[in-house]
Amino acid sequence: MSEQYRNNFLREVEANVEEGEWVKRCMQCGVCSGSCPLGPHWEHPPQELFMMIRAGKRDEVLKSSSMWMCTSCYNCIARCPRELPITHIMHGLAHYAERLGLAPKNQQTNKFAQRFWNNLSKTGRVNELKLTLSFYFMNGFMAGVKMSLNMQKVGLGMLLSKRLNPFEILGGHGCKDSKGLQAILKKAREIEDAKIAKFQG
Amino acid sequence: MADKKKLGAYICKGCGISERLDIDELAKIAKSDGKVAIAKQHDFLCNSDGVKMIQADIDAGEVSHIVIAACSRRAKTDAFRFDNVAIARTNLREGVIWVRPDTEDAKETTQEMAEDYIRMGCAEVKFMTLPSASGEQGRVDHVLVVGGGFTGLTAALEIAKAGYLATIVEKTGALGGTAAQLYKRTPVRSPFADPQDNGIADLIQQIESNDKITVHLNATVSKTEGAPGRFNADISPDIGTKTFGSIIQASGFTPYDATQLPEFSYGKTPDVVDQLGLEALAKEANGGAIKRPSDGKEVKNVVFVQCAGQRSEKEGHLSYCSGHCCMTSVKQAMYFKDANPTVDAMVIYTELRMPGAAGEDFYRNGQDKGVTFTKGIVSEVVSEAGKVSVKFKDLILNEEVDLESDLVVLATGMVANSGIDSEILLTEEDEKTEEKAEEKTEEKTIIPIVPAESILNLEYRQGPDLPQLVNGFTDSHFICFPYETRRTGIYAAGPVRRPMDMAQATEDATGAALKAIQALENAGIGRAAHPRSGDLSFPIFRKEGCTQCKRCTVECPFGAINEDEKGYPQFNEARCRRCGTCMGACPVRVISFENYSVETVGQAIKSVDMPDEFDEKPRLLVLACENDAYPALDMAGMTRREYSAFVRIIPVRCLGSVNTIWISDALNSGYDGIILMGCQKGDDYQCHFVKGSEMAHYRMSKIGDTLQQLQLETERVQTYEIAITDMERVPKIINDMAATIEKIGMNPFKF
Ligand code: SF4
Ligand code: SF4
Ligand code: SF4
Ligand code: SF4
Repeated sequence: MSEQYRNNFLREVEANVEEGEWVKRCMQCGVCSGSCPLGPHWEHPPQELFMMIRAGKRDEVLKSSSMWMCTSCYNCIARCPRELPITHIMHGLAHYAERLGLAPKNQQTNKFAQRFWNNLSKTGRVNELKLTLSFYFMNGFMAGVKMSLNMQKVGLGMLLSKRLNPFEILGGHGCKDSKGLQAILKKAREIEDAKIAKFQG
Repeated sequence: MADKKKLGAYICKGCGISERLDIDELAKIAKSDGKVAIAKQHDFLCNSDGVKMIQADIDAGEVSHIVIAACSRRAKTDAFRFDNVAIARTNLREGVIWVRPDTEDAKETTQEMAEDYIRMGCAEVKFMTLPSASGEQGRVDHVLVVGGGFTGLTAALEIAKAGYLATIVEKTGALGGTAAQLYKRTPVRSPFADPQDNGIADLIQQIESNDKITVHLNATVSKTEGAPGRFNADISPDIGTKTFGSIIQASGFTPYDATQLPEFSYGKTPDVVDQLGLEALAKEANGGAIKRPSDGKEVKNVVFVQCAGQRSEKEGHLSYCSGHCCMTSVKQAMYFKDANPTVDAMVIYTELRMPGAAGEDFYRNGQDKGVTFTKGIVSEVVSEAGKVSVKFKDLILNEEVDLESDLVVLATGMVANSGIDSEILLTEEDEKTEEKAEEKTEEKTIIPIVPAESILNLEYRQGPDLPQLVNGFTDSHFICFPYETRRTGIYAAGPVRRPMDMAQATEDATGAALKAIQALENAGIGRAAHPRSGDLSFPIFRKEGCTQCKRCTVECPFGAINEDEKGYPQFNEARCRRCGTCMGACPVRVISFENYSVETVGQAIKSVDMPDEFDEKPRLLVLACENDAYPALDMAGMTRREYSAFVRIIPVRCLGSVNTIWISDALNSGYDGIILMGCQKGDDYQCHFVKGSEMAHYRMSKIGDTLQQLQLETERVQTYEIAITDMERVPKIINDMAATIEKIGMNPFKF
């Protein structure tokens, strides 16, 4: 489906990944990789990912944990001489990989991101208490208890200074028309799926 | 003779000179030692009043030779320009007060410095005569353009537009050269997005309809002789001899022969082409899909291999970058993308070189059109069973790749059409004469890449074509005088001079056209072309003393000197650049200029007041090239960098003009150390006269023996390469020499 050094995968990225049309503009200077505070811990830093896309390495890119490592610090965007929105492309790639079911399982950022999305898309508002708890218990019950105890002091402090509403646990508030929101999201998903399907054939 | 000369000295008191120096004493010395009839002082010599004072003396016939003791000869040149008198400038400002501390201790030595410079100025001017044109000159408003390619056509058109005549001699049967073979050219205007028409048809139309331009097709230049203002060129066949004022050589390049790259399968399969091969395919497609030569099928993917046989030290490869081929590959990749965006076009490069803002924009536009770029090294192109595959290493992903491709384009380089390398001819000739007795010498390993056939067929003693520098391109001063070759009045333009694209060739053609016009104008009134543009002096040669040693004819960097039937040098004034290298070379010193000679400098050297051995005041002589070293010394003064008061500096036209007699004279008259300052020499020379500095370094390398015979330390004579920016370095060199003398002691030859 994607041959080496042919442009199929590049075209797929351009069509389906947020800001993907910028990938061809990279001139391989390496400034982004050199600027990324987490760069050394990445499997493939951004410059390399862009080259891999052009080399048609579809699986290696999409199954990589690399783009999940991005912390959105924006160092790379500030410095890229070709003005690529690198941060956004990283998130775009991560999202696309997840949509295709290729993203690495058990990747912490991916897990949390999924919880965030589920929490938000339900009512159109983030329920902070629920999000926090789901984050604490993301890696199992015992880990969750441990984390909650650790954070006890912070939680109490927030409660006292009215930064945390304990009644949110009962459901919390949502946006005015959450049904409408669901409809929008559904439609968006359909459009995306149709685009993706084009490249699955 | 000497009694007809009326000497006058004019000493300026401005710019703080009179606060630091005893001017009355200087005036006294000018009269007593310098033997001037008049010695005047003025508060501001360069203002209109001061200038008027000098002019009045000149008009009244009081003076014919004047010394202006004020600022550097490089300052106030407009104010101190007087006609019909010989002028010497004595540098009391940049050369004395600005480089010495204003202290009581320093007063005495600073004054001595100034006094010596007065003596030197007077001695110099005494031995000058007023230069005048030789009468040898002619004026012909007609430029010969050799080569009818893009550069030649552009140059001819520029010449005609400026009102002069041009004749184009083109070897082939058509105008347009390589440029005419291009489907399109890289864009020259913002936004630098799309390849554009090559413009050749329009250019040819303009040439053909211009009545100032004559074109000879299928023609060559079979003989060229003469000098600027009177070049006679035989145009073959059948055109005959025509006279020209100057010549432009735009003989272009030959594409590198890609069959020398067997690793890339060129010649083994028609599906591997060079860039010109691709232009032919694109022309055929004319905007439609480009077809594969082997089977006529539409190319679905194409790989461009950059630097094929270029920037490589491998034998038979070109070591240099041809400059245009990265741009050309982007342009050609666009041919594919513009015709069909789904074609994969990939450029494999190690460094993508896109010169100028236009280049970078063009690169981005290529990316926007979907051309992909891979940093990698291609090791092999394999052609097997009708399939072509490219083996390369991806340098970013650090992987070996084997990629099948419909078509492969090799970015091969440019090889200059510069004719026969005279330097090789000369060395061969020398070897022949020197080693006649010996058995056959070993074979030369220099293999010309393009079979050399003379282009100009010059009737010069120094060879039939323009001298080359490196890699077969014609030699010219790369930074300051790019078009001026080493044959005065003959200008190289376009890829024969250095690898370039059409945009650069346009600039080259225009620049060379202006230079060719300047040369014929100057020749018409007997003035030097450049870099001493406007100089009327030229080498005068006293035949009686000449021993026919041929040094001048060989060492002249510009081939200005032929040989007559009797073997005497024959100077061609208009070919001469007035560098004085011949004067420096002549062992019997029979070559001189009216205003610059072995005498003028020699007398200045000898005129200083030499303290005796026990005075502990050494004397250092600096002979500084006036083009770079002397300005650097001036700038040292302007920035108030101090140097030793024991030094006496004399500017020379070029270090090549330094005759070794000056060195022995200086040592004999008691100088303790001598420093020669010239420009950078070698392949990346900055010497304004190309070989002058190199000759001087060579001559000085031989002076060590002489010093040893005199029982003098070799450290006493040192030669340096100085850049114009070396204002920090020059004072240090002088001070180091002073320290050296302190260590090794004074010259024992003081009288
Ligand atoms: S925004 Fe992401 S990719 Fe860019 S430097 Fe920061 S962490 Fe690295
Ligand atoms: S900084 Fe920009 S141009 Fe450079 S490698 Fe990264 S994305 Fe590419
Ligand atoms: S212009 Fe590009 S392809 Fe040509 S030699 Fe230079 S770097 Fe190589
Ligand atoms: S060496 Fe210099 S001065 Fe002498 S003839 Fe040649 S160009 Fe003229």
